[in-house]
Amino acid sequence: MTANRIPIMQVGASLLVSIQIELDDQTALQLQDDLTQRVSESGARGILLDVSSVWMIDSFIGRTISDTAAMARLLGAETVVVGVKPEVAITLVELGVPLRGVRTALNMDCAMELLESITSGS
Amino acid sequence: MGLAEEVAERVRQHEERILKGWLDALRDSASFRQELTGEEELRESCEAILAQLVDALHAMEANATMEEAWRPLREQLVVLTQAWVELGFSPAELAGFITLLRQPLVEALDGGTTEHLLDMISLINRLLDRLSLWAAEIFQRSQSDIIRRQQEELMELSTPVIKVWNGIVALPLIGTLDSSRTQVVMESLLTRIVAEQARVAILDITGVPTVDTLVAQHLLKAVTAARLMGAECIICGIRPNIAQTMVHLGIGLDEVTTRATLADAIAVALDSMGLRMVGKEVDS
Repeated sequence: MTANRIPIMQVGASLLVSIQIELDDQTALQLQDDLTQRVSESGARGILLDVSSVWMIDSFIGRTISDTAAMARLLGAETVVVGVKPEVAITLVELGVPLRGVRTALNMDCAMELLESITSGS
Repeated sequence: MGLAEEVAERVRQHEERILKGWLDALRDSASFRQELTGEEELRESCEAILAQLVDALHAMEANATMEEAWRPLREQLVVLTQAWVELGFSPAELAGFITLLRQPLVEALDGGTTEHLLDMISLINRLLDRLSLWAAEIFQRSQSDIIRRQQEELMELSTPVIKVWNGIVALPLIGTLDSSRTQVVMESLLTRIVAEQARVAILDITGVPTVDTLVAQHLLKAVTAARLMGAECIICGIRPNIAQTMVHLGIGLDEVTTRATLADAIAVALDSMGLRMVGKEVDS
């Protein structure tokens, strides 16, 4: 099975990733690869991960997101996840995947604000 | 002609007499509060049940299975019992309603040898016993339906989410937190966070009588879920003695902001949103 690739956009010192499809394991791993690669190439300070159209995050994908955030932090970038749905949040909590080390934001406004404060602080 | 068919024939022949006997017995019975239902309605119910009884006896004769033959009568009984439960009849009255049919039915049987009569009586006894068992069962079921509905309503009522300020919601928790309640609490909290676009959620546990490890775990779940969505949670209303128990149990709630009172929590929430309450300047 070939993995779908999710586009990564760079805006200033931030990378924007909007997930518009249901994630499968391969795609999530591919995204992890691509993101770490891009962070190290571009020296981005922040990552914005928009999951507002994702209806299902299982424990593997949850962990992959957590891991990706940890990897990005090692490379100098903070991750902000935006738009987690209530159902998804409940599932993640029940699965015991609380996405530690990931910043969260309710909507794009909050996320941009958070990103701004991350990237502007040296 | 089979036994059931024969009984059915007798019942149909003497329908008026049986009905009258039954209604009289009901009226005279001290343990049946006839005034709860109207006389006319009672008569109609009795008539319907008798007619169904005759049908059921015929169906039995026609080799239908027991279950199938008695289904219409059973359904009739369900409707009647449910209506009577609402009217406030007790289970004893419902059982009595059925057993009072026994005497008039038996009196309506005649003819044949003593043995034959005994056979018919024992058939009637079996049928009536089954009927009163059904009535008890249906009564029980409607009672538990009522209890379940009330539980659900209580659950809904007990989890109001209040909008305190633009972007701040509060959830006063009252009563013990178990896992099913946590689920409801969590769902309504998260839905409201989205609806209000709230960045801060305050959980007030003044009304929670005890906080043990399990309750704390449930609280943390709600806090974590809210955090995943991008809302910060503040827990307040922890009473001194509860704080003591919590520390003794090793529940620190280290990752959560906690405050003693709702007022303090609101102050923290406003502060984190860059707002401040100031006293009004009074012109003298």
